[in-house]
Amino acid sequence: MHFVVLQFPASNCDQDCVHAVRVLGHTSGLVWHKETSLGAADAVIVPGGFSYGDYLRCGAIARFSPVMQAVKQFADHGGLVLGICNGFQILCEAGLLPGALIRNRDLQFHCEQVFLKTASFDSPFTCKIPRDKLLKIPIAHGEGCYFADEATLAGLKSNHQILWQYCDAKGELTETSNPNGSLLNIAGLCNERRNVAGLMPHPDRASEEILGSADGRFIFESMIAALLEKPAAKAA
Amino acid sequence: MKAKIIITPKKAVLDPQGKTVQSALAHMGYTGVTGVHVGKYLEIDLAPGTDKAAAHAALNEAAHKFLSNPVIEDYRLEIE
Repeated sequence: MHFVVLQFPASNCDQDCVHAVRVLGHTSGLVWHKETSLGAADAVIVPGGFSYGDYLRCGAIARFSPVMQAVKQFADHGGLVLGICNGFQILCEAGLLPGALIRNRDLQFHCEQVFLKTASFDSPFTCKIPRDKLLKIPIAHGEGCYFADEATLAGLKSNHQILWQYCDAKGELTETSNPNGSLLNIAGLCNERRNVAGLMPHPDRASEEILGSADGRFIFESMIAALLEKPAAKAA
Repeated sequence: MKAKIIITPKKAVLDPQGKTVQSALAHMGYTGVTGVHVGKYLEIDLAPGTDKAAAHAALNEAAHKFLSNPVIEDYRLEIE
């Protein structure tokens, strides 16, 4: 499978994502944000970083980059798109995912390991995560507090679009295990069609034991397994 | 000719900056403050002779789709 990793000015986890995919024995390559085509992509990763210096709002300027039109088309055709950290913010700004990510509740940048509970295994991003496994994955963000209005939250719940929630080491969804004040402890979610997902934690930074955790692999492995089952829609 | 856009967090959205500023004001002895909302102010210079109504319509669209995020923010646009 071939993963395309987007690269915006000030993306800084693009190479981490490329590496994480290659470690799993698949191919990946970078596509510059000014490109209008993704090439032969089976899946797209929108990586973390500080695209456009986080000016105006995180992801607000990147979403208008030419490549995002191709990503929209790819998603419309059913292609798998995963946004990590700034990538999650970009996908929300682009309207590919519901809600928004705002300043952390305590106004501080959080760079730490967190535990994630998988809330739905019924998605191409979570299907290979062991059922009782809490994922230990790092976060590194200042604006990761998930917000959506009541109606949107109700929709997320009834459609099982919440994929990951911040929890403690026992898997309890507590206030203290919520690093940024996200509503419902939401760390990541997917769209209604379940082919676009985003999360604030960095699975790319937890893809090998030498990094302190390899739990992030389960997310990439889920995507690969889903793609092998059902080949991706090829986009222009 | 200038356009001014004031962007504020929606009332339902957690505004930790506003809360922090509010409590700092209280600590400094400024009493009677019941709320602070920290937003953004954009000043946009327009070419002389720009049609005011057309500029208003264009900037209204820009404010809605780009300069503010309607999920979390409200905005007010003035042209003078």
